[in-house]
Amino acid sequence: MAEFNTTLKEQGDISVIKLKGFLDAHTAPVLESKFDELIKKNKYKIVVDFQDLAYISSAGLGVFMAYIEKVRENQGDIKLASMSDKVYNIFDLLGFPLLYEIFKTEEEAIKKFSE
Amino acid sequence: MKTKKLIVKSRTENLSRIRDFVSSNALEAGFNKDQIDEMILAVDEACTNVIKHAYKYSPDGEIRIEIKFDKSAFTITIEDDGVSFNPDVVPEPDLQKYYREHRVGGLGMYLMKTLMDDVEYKSEPGKFNRVSLTKKLKTA
Repeated sequence: MAEFNTTLKEQGDISVIKLKGFLDAHTAPVLESKFDELIKKNKYKIVVDFQDLAYISSAGLGVFMAYIEKVRENQGDIKLASMSDKVYNIFDLLGFPLLYEIFKTEEEAIKKFSE
Repeated sequence: MKTKKLIVKSRTENLSRIRDFVSSNALEAGFNKDQIDEMILAVDEACTNVIKHAYKYSPDGEIRIEIKFDKSAFTITIEDDGVSFNPDVVPEPDLQKYYREHRVGGLGMYLMKTLMDDVEYKSEPGKFNRVSLTKKLKTA
C-alpha cells in the first residue's frame, strides 16, 4: 500500500503542512482531515511543503481546490512550496499556477504571508 | 507481443499495486522514467474513475487490467462491470468553475488524454466498460 503522511509545524500564525509519500485517491482523505483540523482552529494561513512528496494524482489536487475558497474567505491562503519538477508539471498541466502561489522554498512562502 | 494481467477489487488501496504493475512492465518495455511516470498517472486516473464513478466506491467490483506491449507500443486496457458512462459528455477542465464549486471533475480524463498517445473508450451497458491507454515506444 502506498504510504502517505503529513507533519504539521506552526510558525507564528502560519501553519506548515509537510507532505510525504504518495498522494492519491486512497490517501487524499489524510490531507483533507489535516485541512479540516486547521480550519476548525481558525488557522487560515497555510503553507504546504511538497519537498518529500513523490507522487500526486488529480484526487490529491482536488483537495487543494476543496479548501482554497473557504481559506481565502477568511483572509488566509494556501501557498504551495518546494515541488519537484515532476509534481509541478502536473499542477502546471492543469493550470493550477493561475490559482495558487507556488514558491521554490517553504521559507519564501512563509515570508510572503508577512508582506 | 507480451501480455500481462492483473485483477484487483475496486478499492483505492489497490491503486499503488496497479501503479507498481504498470511501472515494472513499462520498464521492461524500455520506456524512460518520465514516460513511465506519465503512464502510471494515466492508469491511476483511469482506475480512480472506475472506483469512483463505475463502482461508486462499492469495494467488491472487479477491475481487470491487461498490458500488451511490443517494441513499438504499450497498451494498458482497464475493464470493469460497473455503471457505464459516455466519455463525450465529460467536460474539459475549468479551474474557475472548480474554484466556485469547491470540487474538481474531469481532471483525470484530461490527464489521461494529455499523457498518453491514444485513449479509447468502449462501453457495453450492463456488460462492461473498457478504456485502452496507449503510449508509443519511440526509439531514438
